[in-house]
Order: sequence, then structure tokens, then C-alpha cells
Amino acid sequence: MTHLETELSNLRLELNEMWELVISQVKESREALLNFDKEAASEILFKEKLVDVFELKLYRDCENIIALYNPVASDLRLTLAIIKIVLNLERIADFAKGIAKFIAKSPRDVINPELLKISHSEELLTSALAMLTDAKTSLDNENSRMAISIFAKDSLIDEITKESNKVIGAYILQYPEEVDEALNMHNIIRKIERMGDHCNNIAEEIVFYIEAKVLKHNKAARK
Amino acid sequence: MAQIETKDVNLYYGDFQALKNISMQMEKNTVTALIGPSGCGKSTYLRLFNRMNDLIDNVKIEGEVLVEGEDIYRKGMNVDELRIKVGMVFQKPNPFPKSVFENVAYGLRVNGINDKHIVEETVERSLKQAALWSEVEDKLHKSAFELSGGQQQRLCIARALAISPSIVLMDEPASALDPISTAKIEELIHELKKEYTIVIVTHNMQQAGRVSDFTGFFYIGELIEFGKTVDIFTNPQKQQTEHYITGRFG
Repeated sequence: MTHLETELSNLRLELNEMWELVISQVKESREALLNFDKEAASEILFKEKLVDVFELKLYRDCENIIALYNPVASDLRLTLAIIKIVLNLERIADFAKGIAKFIAKSPRDVINPELLKISHSEELLTSALAMLTDAKTSLDNENSRMAISIFAKDSLIDEITKESNKVIGAYILQYPEEVDEALNMHNIIRKIERMGDHCNNIAEEIVFYIEAKVLKHNKAARK
Repeated sequence: MAQIETKDVNLYYGDFQALKNISMQMEKNTVTALIGPSGCGKSTYLRLFNRMNDLIDNVKIEGEVLVEGEDIYRKGMNVDELRIKVGMVFQKPNPFPKSVFENVAYGLRVNGINDKHIVEETVERSLKQAALWSEVEDKLHKSAFELSGGQQQRLCIARALAISPSIVLMDEPASALDPISTAKIEELIHELKKEYTIVIVTHNMQQAGRVSDFTGFFYIGELIEFGKTVDIFTNPQKQQTEHYITGRFG
């Protein structure tokens, strides 16, 4: 193994650690929302600082690799892809933090189960989680087909999200005393939708690394 | 029409085949880098273009080598004229034991040009083209050996340019130089390509990336891949190229 290969291998290990942490943050945010668990929400807020530490460390390591080893071809693409994946992972973790904040700061101790049901927040978070996990597996296995399959999953999230304005509007009419919770839930749905978008970005970077193809702004190539 | 072209070139040193079916085209005013591990044939290929391989015993060449459309291995080819058209710079600076001025004027004098005015003008122009003039204008008549290694190499480039070639071959021109001198040579290559076609052999991958428009990767006498430098260094099509440029073999 060359010195650069060792450095890239260590970089991938570090990225995997960050990725696992972000997956766990999203998973915890789903559980915290479904159970309206304020303690779990506080835990997410605490762990968010760790995500930031990973982000800064990985940026520095990528910068060092470029400066010291001048990677080319697939090594360069991997380094560039990791920089962008890290950026997107950090954003996803931010959205998990946003969900946790809503729970931790809510004056209520429970959430209306009907609001949870009509918002499809569980399905949405489960889908986002699946996209995030699939993206990780596709990079681990260097499987670009699997990365491309992530785009279709995002379409499902987008469809549900599109309906959310109507659904939340109807809920507010039915339960005007819960207008704050309903609006917060609408906000959460938007956050989950953005998680899906960031998973898409990650999938694009994985395809760039494996196949040297740029899928950004190229819908036809995503199929 | 490509300025340099080879068609199915095979080259043998006795029984040993050093080049295998090499076909390549190089356009005017471009820089082409030849890369590959030691012994891969890149320097042998470079030396085809000014018939330097003729100086080695038992060399046999098959195929066509065209410079500006002319088969330079045809019978009756004037090799001296060819070497006016195709200049060469070597790995180690090799100035003659003469003054700075006479080093650059040498090519003119052996070609019978002795007019004082023309010689002076050509020496100045060549030294300026080689980005050396400002450093030597007050020591033109001092020995070339008094210059630093980097200056000596630029002097050799000026010497090659003085006879107005259209093609300049460079065989690892910066490998014996410090980083500052190397940077100067690389900047110079950028400038020179406006007027000349340059073919450079280099072991320095980053240098190939920085100075060339096209790159050819050689391995055991074969041209494995040839293409735009930016493509070779970001997305090579052959696994052997990928392995070589990422340092996984060679």
C-alpha cells in the first residue's frame, strides 16, 4: 500500500465514523419525534457538536492530502467527493438537530398522534434514513448503480412533501388550538425533504468518484 | 496536418524491441508530455524525431515518422537540416566550454552564419525567449560554466532556439534542477509553445500535468494511452495508466 493509499484509507474510515454518527442522529430524531422524548432530543443536540468536530477534521485531512500528495484520477475524485459528502452530512445532521430542538423546546409533553399520522413524518424519516444508509453502502461497495437508485427514493419524499401544505392546513382548521405544533410539524417535513436533497447530492458525489460522471443539473443521467 | 506523426513505429535495439506499433499525432504549438516508468521507451520515442537513435549501433526502425508531413527516415533525408528544424534539450545542462554568447551563437556559426549584426540580434532574441537575458546581459562573454545549473539549462534552451527550430524536444529538462529553476523552465515551456511545438519526457507527474496539453503514457514499449492531459490526470481510460499516475506501480 502506498503512503497515499494509507492516507485515503484512513480518510474513509474517518468518514465512515462521521456517517455512522449522522445516521444515528437521524434515527434518534425519528425515535424522539415519535415518542416525543425530550431526553433523547437533548442527547441529539449534545452529539451535534461531535458532527461539527468530524466535519472540521475531515476538511483539514482532505486539504493536507491535496497539498502533500497531489492526488490524481480516482484518488483526486475520492478526495473531492469526500469534501462534498462531509458538507452534506453536516447539513443532514443540522436538520436532525432542528427536529430535536422542536421537541426539546416544546412546552407540551406529548404530541397529538393524529398530527404524527397525517404528516407521514415517520415514513419520511424512515425514507431519508434509508437513502442515507444506502448512500453509505454504495460508497463502501463502490456501487454506482446503488447510488443512482437513491434518486428514485427522493422522489417519494418529494411527493409526500408536496401534499403537506394541504394536509397541515386542514389540520389547523380542525385543531386551531394546535396551530403552533402544526406549523412546527410543517417545518419538520421541510427539514426531512432537505435531508433527502442532501442524500441526492451525496449520491451524485459517489457516482462522480466511481464513474467520473457529473450528474449535477443532469436529470437524464440520473436514470 | 499534424506537425509530428508516427504511424505503426517499431524500433529494435538488436533483438530487443523497444517500441511497439506506436502511432501518435502532435499538433503545432502544443506541448506533449511522454510519461512512463524507466525503460518504457519514452526517451527512445522522443529521439526518433531528430534521428538521435541513428547514433546507436544495431538500431532498426519500421513504420513512418513524419515531421511536417515529411518522412524523416526516407532515403536521402538531410539529417543536418532535420536537426535545425528539431532542437533538443537534455536532462543535464550541457553548455559548451565557451562564453555565454558563443554557446548561443554556436549553431549559427556551424551553419555558416557569421554576420555580426545577425548573430548578436539572434543571441539576444534567443536569450530573451529562454527568459535568461536579464540575468546574463552583463556577462555575455564570461564562461557558461559560471552560470547556475538552472541558468545553464536555460542557456541550452536558448542555444536550441537560436537556429530557429519549429519543434523542441526536451528529455527531462528539469530533473537536475532545484524547484525555483524548475518553475522557471516550466513557465518558459508555457511561453515557448506559442511559437514552437514541444515534446517533453518527464518522470515528474505533476510537471506533466502543469506544462502539457497532451500526455502519452508508455509501458514496456507500448503506448498505453494518449489523450488530453486533463483527461489523463482526472479520468484515465486504461487501468494501467490509472495505476501508474496514482503511484500504484512503476
